[in-house]
Amino acid sequence: MKPIHFAGLAATLIVLLIFLPAPNDFKSGSRTVEVNMTQFEFEPGRIEVNQGDEVVFLLTSSDVVHGFYLDGYDVQQRIEPGIPHEIRFVADQSGKFRYRCSVTCGPLHPFMVGELVVEANMPFWRAAGLLFTLPVLFLWYLHQQERGHLHGKEETSFTPKARV
Amino acid sequence: MTARINLLEKAPLLKTVLKSQGLQPALTILMLAGFVLAMLTGWFGTPVGSRNFGIVFVWIVWWGLLIIVLVPFLGRAWCMVCPIPALGEWLQRGSIIQRTSGRLRTRHRRWPRRFKNMWLQNIGFLILASFSTIILTRPNVSAWVLFGLMAAAVGLSLFFDNRVFCRYVCPVGGFIGLYAMMAPVELRVRDCRTCAQHRTKDCVTGNERGYGCPWMVFPGKLRRNTYCGLCMECLKTCPKDNITINLRPFGSDLFVMEEHRLDEAFKAFIMLSCALLYSAVLLGPWGWLKQWANIDTLAHWGVYVAALWGVNLLLVPGVFGVCVAVSRRISRLEVPLRQLFTDYAYACVPLGLAAWIAFSLSFVFVNGSYALPVISDPFGWGWNLFGTATQEWTPVLPGLVSFLQVGVLTIGLLFAVNTVYRITTHHITDRRRTFQAAMPLVLPLAGIALLFLWLYLG
Repeated sequence: MKPIHFAGLAATLIVLLIFLPAPNDFKSGSRTVEVNMTQFEFEPGRIEVNQGDEVVFLLTSSDVVHGFYLDGYDVQQRIEPGIPHEIRFVADQSGKFRYRCSVTCGPLHPFMVGELVVEANMPFWRAAGLLFTLPVLFLWYLHQQERGHLHGKEETSFTPKARV
Repeated sequence: MTARINLLEKAPLLKTVLKSQGLQPALTILMLAGFVLAMLTGWFGTPVGSRNFGIVFVWIVWWGLLIIVLVPFLGRAWCMVCPIPALGEWLQRGSIIQRTSGRLRTRHRRWPRRFKNMWLQNIGFLILASFSTIILTRPNVSAWVLFGLMAAAVGLSLFFDNRVFCRYVCPVGGFIGLYAMMAPVELRVRDCRTCAQHRTKDCVTGNERGYGCPWMVFPGKLRRNTYCGLCMECLKTCPKDNITINLRPFGSDLFVMEEHRLDEAFKAFIMLSCALLYSAVLLGPWGWLKQWANIDTLAHWGVYVAALWGVNLLLVPGVFGVCVAVSRRISRLEVPLRQLFTDYAYACVPLGLAAWIAFSLSFVFVNGSYALPVISDPFGWGWNLFGTATQEWTPVLPGLVSFLQVGVLTIGLLFAVNTVYRITTHHITDRRRTFQAAMPLVLPLAGIALLFLWLYLG
């Protein structure tokens, strides 16, 4: 196998994975989730919704002032203890999006995060397909290259430590 | 040896700059100023980490630059300008810029032979990792850690010649050395025979133009970046003009089989495991895990530390060892298992570096904007030196981070696969069996990469 062939195969694999169709049996609807914030966690820490769902977050804080920022959806809200807030949006993008505290709330504030997973989370499955198949393909390519090299000449540049 | 490009020939000005007596001290003094400010702000500034120069500039700005740019592309370049050993080195030399005559001013004690390896650095890193959540978020603790590192470096420099601290003790230097093997830049000699025939060995003993290698390395036998601190003393002292700085393929040092060692192998496992654990603790949604790492109770922290040390020293090396044993059995190799285990562990180096880059990308992009207010108000005392103190926290392109992480992990995994395959072909002459022998190592590496992927995207 020549390098150009491997590059072609890898490119084909990447294109196939990018255009891998998402399953369309997910029913979109409305999801209401109560999210409570305390130092330094969100409860629940992980929320799963379907792509197309209208998501309603009912946000509360039970200790200090926190903030709520959702990656990818540009949602931001300051949350004071005892004052609930409602955030409403349509989860139109598939993937994992972190929600974070956006108001300094203590030492671990930068690491106060939760996860919103919008199913079918195709970015993850595409990347997983890439990470699993590409190394095997690459190993096969290296093997083929080595065999092709051997057909060309008997000795390689390596000095083996042990012979089988 | 694969092709190298001699950068000093291509860019003569670079050679002049690197040979300059003032370059290293000037850059080090600059870094030392930042280091002292980080300690002062840690002790006397606001206890809120995200508003404190010491936390933001050390653990976001410096760390991001180190692991995303400096180490992957320039290897140990940071060690050249690191302020931690600077005071000790200047005390030893009795000078900052000018070369002083005579021996170094130390007690000339001999560093114990059993510690001439990376084990102290491995243990030191694990100790710091055990407290990492506290160190990363408490300015005061962070400042004491920086002070402690500097005090240890100065203390050792009073008793032992040269940079014993950097070479054998510094927990940061250990992993920089490991990952410097991946860098596309190396300091080497032009011709080894010139060094072998040269009687005075000025690069080791020093001369009027510079000191003997502070890293206790003989450049004539230098084959890897791991222990070369790029201080450029050998470039200054070599009377044969035999020192070069080369551009080379990434990861070239991984295949210097004769220098593979168990302490370095464990460093590779520790770094890979810590990247995984840090990703789970700091970037994951599990609040209880953060609290345990944050020492909410001693019992919780004890369990956390036991798990951390167990995963680092037993679980990951153990699973990898089983995979190596399977590979050895399949390929019917007669090479000792320990040697194979050590050799194959170097496949964790590219994957580990990629994992650290992927981990760091997430908080550098998201939390990098904390640097703007902090630079105007380093102590958090209400100053506004550059008019940026009121700048709001603004995550930069958080949607891009996932794509970058996938790209970096894929590249790291492909490098790891290449490393496994080349090590396999080194041991096996029957090329038909290399694929089967490599597979048991490639699959767990892909599994670890998938675990990272699940933490970031899953």
